[in-house]
Amino acid sequence: MARLIRMDQAGHTTLAEWTANGDDAAVEAAVAVFREQLDAGYYAVVSAGEGHAEQVRELPLDAELVILRRPIAGG
Amino acid sequence: MTVLPETAAVHWRPRIDPARLRRRGRGWTLSTLAHTIPFLATAVLLIALEPLSFPVAAIAVVHAWGIPALYANRGANVVRPRPRAAAAPEHAALGLLGDLLGHEGRELHSRTGLALEHGRLGVWLVGEAGALLVRPGGRRVDCWCVKVDGELPSGDRTAHLLLALREDEQGFATVANLAFSGAGWRLRRRLPARMRTALDAARARA
Repeated sequence: MARLIRMDQAGHTTLAEWTANGDDAAVEAAVAVFREQLDAGYYAVVSAGEGHAEQVRELPLDAELVILRRPIAGG
Repeated sequence: MTVLPETAAVHWRPRIDPARLRRRGRGWTLSTLAHTIPFLATAVLLIALEPLSFPVAAIAVVHAWGIPALYANRGANVVRPRPRAAAAPEHAALGLLGDLLGHEGRELHSRTGLALEHGRLGVWLVGEAGALLVRPGGRRVDCWCVKVDGELPSGDRTAHLLLALREDEQGFATVANLAFSGAGWRLRRRLPARMRTALDAARARA
């Protein structure tokens, strides 16, 4: 089961779950939530193993975990 | 290659690369010398002219020592822990951060509060509101002030920085503000005791 999670005040919140070859409705819901979060200013990242991460602008349906993060800035 | 989108907010900054980093490091060294040498020279001159002026000469030496130490303290501040959130969010955030780190990294983070990450520019130690970059060879350390806005558990703050660093290391260094660049030993003295272990580990790997 793939998950879309958002790092937030709760630690993280699972916003959507889907399987790549599963329920179309779940996939559509995940894509809708994903776009909504990007529009809200979040960035989506897929961890590609230790030391690597890739930013994505479309929901990668084959990814196990997609993480939404906020922008960073110099302090 | 992924370019960190946050770099657009600092479009006037040239993208950090190893050569630029070396130049900035040399600039910091020159700046430190410019702060130190006049005080030391004054102390020597005073003693040479009038040995009884040694109290004033001693004050000048303290200034020569203290100013770089203050800069190092500013650098150490970037990784000092921030206020904790409630236990449950902290626990959840640490779980996610632990998934992003390997076994060794997880263990080091639990002991020191810093996440170790190998990069092309050097070895990084990522904290909650900043990161240390131990340059190849382990002698020079750069302290970068960079954070995520909003109230988040400590693990999430570190995870934000870690993911951004993994997306685009040079972009990460471009977005961050350089708070200090100098000798590792000078910074080490100013770090909280438990973080010194992480710095030692990073210097050994750099």
